[in-house]
Amino acid sequence: MSGHSFFGYRRENGRVGIRNHVVILPLDDLSNAACEAVANNIKGTLALPHHYGRLQFGEDLELHFRTLIGTGTNPNVAAVVVIGIEPGWTARVVDGIAKTGKPVQGFAIEQHGDIETIASASRVAKDFLQAASELAREECPISDLWVSHKCGESDTTSGMGANPTVGNFIDKTDAIGVTNCFGETSEITGAEHLCRERAINKEIGDKWFATWQAYMDQVIEPHKTSDLSESQPTKGNIEGGLTTIEEKAMGNLQKIGKNARYIDVLAPAEAPEKGPGLYFMDTSSAAAECVTLQAAGGFAVHIFPTGQGNIIGNPIEPVIKVTANPRTVRTMGEHVDLDVSGLLRREMNLDQAGDALIDMVVRTCNGRLTAAEALGHREFVMTKLYRSA
Amino acid sequence: MSSKVPDFLVHDDRDAVGVVVVEGVAAGGNLSGWVMDSDETISLAVNDPIPLGHKFALRDIRDGESVIKYGEDIGRAVTDIPKGDHVHVHNVKTSKW
Repeated sequence: MSGHSFFGYRRENGRVGIRNHVVILPLDDLSNAACEAVANNIKGTLALPHHYGRLQFGEDLELHFRTLIGTGTNPNVAAVVVIGIEPGWTARVVDGIAKTGKPVQGFAIEQHGDIETIASASRVAKDFLQAASELAREECPISDLWVSHKCGESDTTSGMGANPTVGNFIDKTDAIGVTNCFGETSEITGAEHLCRERAINKEIGDKWFATWQAYMDQVIEPHKTSDLSESQPTKGNIEGGLTTIEEKAMGNLQKIGKNARYIDVLAPAEAPEKGPGLYFMDTSSAAAECVTLQAAGGFAVHIFPTGQGNIIGNPIEPVIKVTANPRTVRTMGEHVDLDVSGLLRREMNLDQAGDALIDMVVRTCNGRLTAAEALGHREFVMTKLYRSA
Repeated sequence: MSSKVPDFLVHDDRDAVGVVVVEGVAAGGNLSGWVMDSDETISLAVNDPIPLGHKFALRDIRDGESVIKYGEDIGRAVTDIPKGDHVHVHNVKTSKW
């Protein structure tokens, strides 16, 4: 186990990526068209269109910048072209990414127009792409790996099979210096007493509880109109047999295993700074929002256990699907990277399932495309905290 | 590993519900279950058709009683639930929000 290594791209700041994207990153919604045009001109680059970036303010604006800068900073990204409507905020994103030492250049559309901007940015994107194409993978210890976790379209098989498999993965890899991250603040509701106890010490446990309580006080209480039936649990969860948020939370928490303890609580899209270990990130429980924030936090590969069959992917962070539901394996097999339904038939045990997941993660790191990558799933969804000005 | 494939799983000895892990369970079917925590094998007849992933009562559950799964409280019964009945959103509600 401790001898595991993988072949990744070591970046200028020492972090290791498992993909080698050249990203064309819009600062704002208005710049999506130019970014998509550049990505169309320069084949092999990746535009990341999104909906926001105008008239945001306060904490919501800070999260917007942190998400964009974090996305460009992620070690799966070799180089970045940033395009914004105006130069001020564009420069802020460029400067943030430049701190990693990776190639990055910004373009503003005002006083140039789309066509001239697209031409200039395309020339730079071409140079970045050709430079990235000459970067080589090198052997790296497994402790260089940052892995994020989030489950989706869960059902009762998630809590019995897929999530405990992830828990076994976290217990084993936490012990050998891998950096792991879980999130989904709302979805711990009903198991908050157990989650609080899984912190490394009382201070961090209290920090986690304050984060959860703030979500309850600021989001759920002012906005709820019912007991959230069909939102938490979702319609899909209910179809799969999950009845209450408490039951869903108990299943969710199987993901962090039995022994590992989280060492810090991260703000959305915040990068861990306490070294290897397990982290909690304050995120939505909606799949694309959560994974986008974790990718912006710097995580290189994502493990996504599912029951009913969530099909999410992410443009820069490969998403590995694990399920224990035999019907999902049968009806949606093209979305499944690892089938652990044998756990429910007593054909395999958790130790074997966890080892199979480690093997699948290493293969993915070495270049195997995930089902979501092969199927073209690139859900990039920014988290918005409140209405723009 | 056991050669017997279970029809349902139970997380914890204290649980009031089991989860069906095979397709096509009909009313009146006698099912074989595996209690994961204690590694025991138990059997029980169900009163309703139970879809894959859905729960049924392992014992009588009274109106207002907490429903235990994973050895923890996952909500409260909103009606009496006889042993063997389907347990879901029609007879159990969250105690949160």
